[in-house]
Amino acid sequence: MTGSAYLNCFYGILYRELYRFVQQRSRFLSALVRPLLWLVVFAAGFRAALGVSIIPPYETYISYEVYITPGLIGIILLFNGMQGSLSMVVDREMGSMRVLLTSPFPRSYLLICKLFSIALISSIQAYVFLFIASWFDINAPLAGYFYLLPACLIAGLMLAAVGLFISSLVRQLENFAGIMNFVIFPMFFLSSALYPLWKMREANDWLFQVCQVNPFTYAVELIRFSLYAKWNGSAFMVVAITTILFVLAAVAGYNPRMGLLGRKATGE
Amino acid sequence: MDAHPLQVDKLSFHYGSVKALGNVSFHIPAAGFVGLLGPNGAGKTTIFGLLTRLMSPQSGEIRYSAHLLDQEPARALQSLGVVFQQTSLDLDLSVAQNLHYHAALQGMSRKRARIRIQQELGRFDMQNRVDDKVRSLNQGHRRRVEIARALLHKPQILLLDEATAGLDFETRQMINQHIRQLCDDDGVSVLWATHLIEDIRTSDQVILLNQGKVIAQGNCEQLLRENHVTDLRQLMQKQFRAVA
Repeated sequence: MTGSAYLNCFYGILYRELYRFVQQRSRFLSALVRPLLWLVVFAAGFRAALGVSIIPPYETYISYEVYITPGLIGIILLFNGMQGSLSMVVDREMGSMRVLLTSPFPRSYLLICKLFSIALISSIQAYVFLFIASWFDINAPLAGYFYLLPACLIAGLMLAAVGLFISSLVRQLENFAGIMNFVIFPMFFLSSALYPLWKMREANDWLFQVCQVNPFTYAVELIRFSLYAKWNGSAFMVVAITTILFVLAAVAGYNPRMGLLGRKATGE
Repeated sequence: MDAHPLQVDKLSFHYGSVKALGNVSFHIPAAGFVGLLGPNGAGKTTIFGLLTRLMSPQSGEIRYSAHLLDQEPARALQSLGVVFQQTSLDLDLSVAQNLHYHAALQGMSRKRARIRIQQELGRFDMQNRVDDKVRSLNQGHRRRVEIARALLHKPQILLLDEATAGLDFETRQMINQHIRQLCDDDGVSVLWATHLIEDIRTSDQVILLNQGKVIAQGNCEQLLRENHVTDLRQLMQKQFRAVA
């Protein structure tokens, strides 16, 4: 297989993901409406209740809307990453996943192409959200918009990899509600997306510790710092290591030798 | 051209404690049409899962030309085209989009894919359906698209799992004829798994599978003669009774 063959393969997977995303307008709208509701309704209500002190990367007092914007970008990446990866479950049920898995390219490469496509789509949504957020006076330094792209891509990759790993364990998409309750919501609420961690520590030290080990916290912090054109090395390291671990776990999950997929074949 | 583009040797597979295949061995001759026959549950789909590397055998080996599937999956899978029993097309994409997706997964460029799509759909007289959504096609046309897709990268071996199941008689005949033509004209080697004995001719090579074991294989005409029966149905009944 030549380099151009690898590129053709990536392009094919990316095109399919993009096309499906564009076709599913309701998915696009709900991906935007969800964080916008948080921004416009939830944040307005909680602005008075939740005071935010000056914490890095912010250099002045900020409004609550400004604080939760990176967290809302995180939720876009989280939902889209999970949804995109869990579409593998639908593909498996519909039979179209076999076309992907019988490709002569290494399975790890195929799965990484899929993850990167999902991360790219998530990032596009994040920028659309930021554009709409600017109508509500939520703005970041110009350089931040450029720094944000790699941060969104790697955070998107991490969350899609988590979803892909889960998809290798889930038999039917009917379990998506369970994944919402046991994976997506805990990841979101037990993070720094909606409130700074020092607030959580004041309220409950045990919950603070949970937030500290939640990789989504670091994805949000990476996004927060990037949006203000600043570097957060520790957040980057955690996100990068978590991405690698979950990509490896997902590849193992789809490896016929490891048996996860083989066991599912009994039902097909 | 290899004399045996596909060789299967002592293949075994268990689903937990349930034995699905036990010591299955066979080969497919170059440009040959081989029928894999067996009742539902005989193990045909398991064989396909193993041949396409969707699953990994617990013992035995699969060799495509000189390449062991387990050790050189990329080279092995490059020579393979597959039509699965269950439709594997994306219903929300058009015929062209489905075929381009497959072509990309084989590493083909858009330009080459476009040419090959026209050629393969042309064989089925379906060039005018290229922009139709797959959802709008009937079962027969979907099957044709799947066969066209399996042939896009010009594989040496074509595996078909119950490719004509659920289709009307005319479409079955047409697809069967088309596949045989591929063996004669393009030198493609075909493994055709079916429970429909009407799909098999007496001049074909056959493999009879029951309860995960090969119970007979060889030239169909010769097997009929040796077993003193006149048709394939009788042969299968006799062989299955002997095993029971």
